[in-house]
Amino acid sequence: MFEEVGTTPEGDMIINVGPQHPATHGVLHLVITLNGETIKKVEPHLGYIHRSIEKMCESLSYRQFIYVTSRMDYLSAHMNNHACAMCVEKGLQVEIPPRAQVIRVLMSELTRIASHELWWGAMAMDLGAFTPFFHAFRERESINDIMEETCGARLTMNYMVPGGVMHDLHPNFQQRVKAFMKLYKKKIHEYDEMVTGNIIFQNRMKNVGVLSANDAISYGCTGPTARGSGVSSDIRKLYPYEIYNTLEFDEVLETGGDSFARYMVRIREMQQSIRIIEQLIDNIPEGDFQTKTKAVLKLPKGEFYSRVETARGELGVYIVSEGGTTPYRIKFRSPGFSNLSVLNHISKGSKLGDLVAMMGTLDLVIPDIDR
Amino acid sequence: MTNEELKIKLAEILPSAIIEDGNEWIEIAIEPGEWLQSAKQLRKKEALQFNFLFCLTCIDWKTHLTMVYHLRSTIFHYNIVVKAKLDRDKPEIESVSNIWRTAEFHEREVFEMFGVNFLNHPDLRLLILPDGWEGKNPLRKDFEDPINMIRL
Repeated sequence: MFEEVGTTPEGDMIINVGPQHPATHGVLHLVITLNGETIKKVEPHLGYIHRSIEKMCESLSYRQFIYVTSRMDYLSAHMNNHACAMCVEKGLQVEIPPRAQVIRVLMSELTRIASHELWWGAMAMDLGAFTPFFHAFRERESINDIMEETCGARLTMNYMVPGGVMHDLHPNFQQRVKAFMKLYKKKIHEYDEMVTGNIIFQNRMKNVGVLSANDAISYGCTGPTARGSGVSSDIRKLYPYEIYNTLEFDEVLETGGDSFARYMVRIREMQQSIRIIEQLIDNIPEGDFQTKTKAVLKLPKGEFYSRVETARGELGVYIVSEGGTTPYRIKFRSPGFSNLSVLNHISKGSKLGDLVAMMGTLDLVIPDIDR
Repeated sequence: MTNEELKIKLAEILPSAIIEDGNEWIEIAIEPGEWLQSAKQLRKKEALQFNFLFCLTCIDWKTHLTMVYHLRSTIFHYNIVVKAKLDRDKPEIESVSNIWRTAEFHEREVFEMFGVNFLNHPDLRLLILPDGWEGKNPLRKDFEDPINMIRL
């Protein structure tokens, strides 16, 4: 792969960014054709962290395969587990108790905030500011502590299982979440003061990597990437699951289509997640946290599809069952894979330095892309 | 528009396809040779406008391969599933990357994982597998790797 470095007959320069590059946040390898400093083509080379999760799942039972999926989009581990659990529940035709539904939504929204926090810090660091990273981690740590207490893990939680959640909430949960919200609300204005309103950041993000609404649809973009271009794509609103249709929150839409619009979508989405948590934290119903299911799960013959809104967009889980205890074929429609495919399109004609801003606002998580 | 009305609309533009109710959404079985024409119709028709290809994959049934396309319309919010049965020894189907740009990456993935040849694809190369990969396609059912594969 590295022999591609050099000059083309037309005099364009070919360089590699990655697989070990601080701005790619993981092992993403981009082969870039440059004319001076202007980008002509960006060609992603994937597979450095490919574990063939789809093939692995074919030999794992319906209880086991969920543990592997936490390792796809590790910043949205709850949502990955959620999509898989929902797909299995669809096949088994079981309803989950209201308490489990509320816990699932609460956990998903906390994860969404934690994921956006990390993105915000890392994105500011890519553009040259180190301080925001520490500010973001200050809040993110308290979410991780909440997760650790209830789920037993800070990153790969494996908490949502077919039939509900693995075990009940920790007695401290409500109090800790409330304390976090108090802290968060006190600090949120710092985000805008430090980065959003900063003229240097605005100049580096505005009109950089412009993506039109039609292109966003055609390239299959979802999540904040699509919503930054004004495409309504929030699965929580379009095809509500669990209790999202009873909650009050807005789908955040921006129409700019540039990096700054995608940035604003995520900043505003965190506040919507806070809104959802506020509605639920004092109203967690009593009752079971799990439906009784058989020890060995068997899905009937057929095909099942479920989708959730992760922090990065639409995650689809497609299970083809032959009636056995393991899936015959499983496909994960990961949001990052489609979002990455647009990078070549939006970076054409811009300067090499702007590529970092574009990659930052696409919010790429490489294990989610490679699977 | 209800499911029944949608089925009538679909039958109008895809006369030779088999349209039936699936587990979740309407499933359409088409001949691989007619896929490109049908895809254009599904995308362009005013009343349908399936402009979002949200999932593209393939299934190895040991006797044949099945291409599966999940489509939805961001305007009307219908979902449909289109399936095409391919010959396992010589799988070939027209690429739809000119209609839905997202298909370009997804088709490259299916190409290396299942060995499906997408005709008229702009850039059909390996995407995830390492350069110079030879041998069988990993997601096919008869793929065996004695060193790296763990069976439970």
